[in-house]
Amino acid sequence: MAIAAQRKIPFVGTADTNPETKPFFDGCAAGKLVLPQCVQTKKFIWYPRAISPFTLGPVEWKEVSGKGKIYTYSVMERANPPYCIAYVELAEGPKMMTNIVDIDFKNVKIGMDVKLKFIQTEGDGPPMPFFTPA
Amino acid sequence: MSLKGAGYIVGAWEHPTRKASDKSVTLLHAECAKGALDDAGLTKDDVDAYYCSGDAPGLGPMSMIDYMGLKVRHVDSTDVGGSSYQVAVGHALEAIVTGRANVCLITLAGRPRSEGMATGTAPRAGSPAQPEMQFEYPYGPATANMYAMCATRHMHDYGTTSEQLAWIKVAASHHAQHNPHAMLRDVVTVEDVVNSPMVASPLHRLDCCVISDGGGALIVTKPEIAKSLKRPLVKVIGVGEAPKNQMGGQVDLTFSAARWSGPPAWEMAGITPKDIKYASIYDSFTITVLMQLEDLGFCEKGQGGKFVADGNLISGVGKLPFNTDGGGLCSNHPANRGGITKIIEAVRQLRGEAHPKVQVANCNLAIAHGTGGSLGTRHVGSTVILERE
Repeated sequence: MAIAAQRKIPFVGTADTNPETKPFFDGCAAGKLVLPQCVQTKKFIWYPRAISPFTLGPVEWKEVSGKGKIYTYSVMERANPPYCIAYVELAEGPKMMTNIVDIDFKNVKIGMDVKLKFIQTEGDGPPMPFFTPA
Repeated sequence: MSLKGAGYIVGAWEHPTRKASDKSVTLLHAECAKGALDDAGLTKDDVDAYYCSGDAPGLGPMSMIDYMGLKVRHVDSTDVGGSSYQVAVGHALEAIVTGRANVCLITLAGRPRSEGMATGTAPRAGSPAQPEMQFEYPYGPATANMYAMCATRHMHDYGTTSEQLAWIKVAASHHAQHNPHAMLRDVVTVEDVVNSPMVASPLHRLDCCVISDGGGALIVTKPEIAKSLKRPLVKVIGVGEAPKNQMGGQVDLTFSAARWSGPPAWEMAGITPKDIKYASIYDSFTITVLMQLEDLGFCEKGQGGKFVADGNLISGVGKLPFNTDGGGLCSNHPANRGGITKIIEAVRQLRGEAHPKVQVANCNLAIAHGTGGSLGTRHVGSTVILERE
């Protein structure tokens, strides 16, 4: 089989652990990627937080398209099953850490168009955003 | 107030062990402290400032100062991972120049090998209070794949090859064959590296550093005391430190924090990379070395692959002898932190006390650069430039 089995996705704490990032996890639960946007600079922010690292000013939480391109990646061959970690550059600008899934890892390339797929994490964890070929 | 020349490294000692299953981490720290003090010709009662980092058990300096019976008036436990010890040298200079310390002891020790730690391949869960934890841990960020993502992008942007990266390991192995304490003493070829098992693409097993127990210590002191001792004078003439991270999502993995920590150190020292006779470059992975060499200015950005190829880092062969003890890639990466051993080998070179097979002739200027943390997420680069007086 060319496409590796999906590993179990671990999660630390729960979606409620940090009230600061509730809008992100509420989005995940609804199948939407919701990120903070710096009110002043209009830049979207990764990883999610409730204060802008560009200004220390306020953010607005907004849904983004979930479309992006692979910026870089690495296949962890020592894991069983192997998995492909990546940074995806979102159409809205920021690059986020993720995994590329549902693909033969030999076919993963920088610049590849990808789209969102939410996968449930283990235990009491929330669904989290992953990416597959667009 | 310049820090240039404010301090000298008068003691530098590396623990010979690479597996310390019968020793505690605190004992290793203390043995390193004693080794460095003996090397300097000083005693523990001369120490009035102590520096350690996250590898020290308990509450860092409080626990270690108690355990070792020190009496000090200045402490610093800055933890920026494997480059903490370069940072400590700079902070020791600040304490010396402001009159808050005369004799500064810096120690590192750990036993990841005895403890069976999968240092590079197993993601480590932290507290969910760490702001990034819930947004990274699900994706399996280990150490190896974070550095590997930098390599993937470097290859894409600059055409760097696995064979070029392999030359870094080859050079380290040429040096390690002369180090009786090195974990890996066999000389390897480019083919050996690229044919070793893939760990995290594009990094192979031999692109990675060793996992070793051990430690090291340094003594930094003011000029008057240094000149009263019997050791060759190794003066600190440049220091710099800089963090780099994901920048709110503006991730750029094509360069390291050395781009920012290097310039203040070069400026303070008043020299340029072409003046350097010997370079200790942090070598958690081969890609770490390549990117730091570029970012410190030893070659143009993107030309690191060509720069390291064909033995250019091998002492007696190439233009820039590096990590002549075998480095983290072949000799030692105690506590998963290679910063202090980088400084120790630079001191050996400047004293003329490196192994004769790798000693650089007329070695008067050396650099010891560290990268702590993860090159793919958050790291701190720290640069120390040293001169034999």
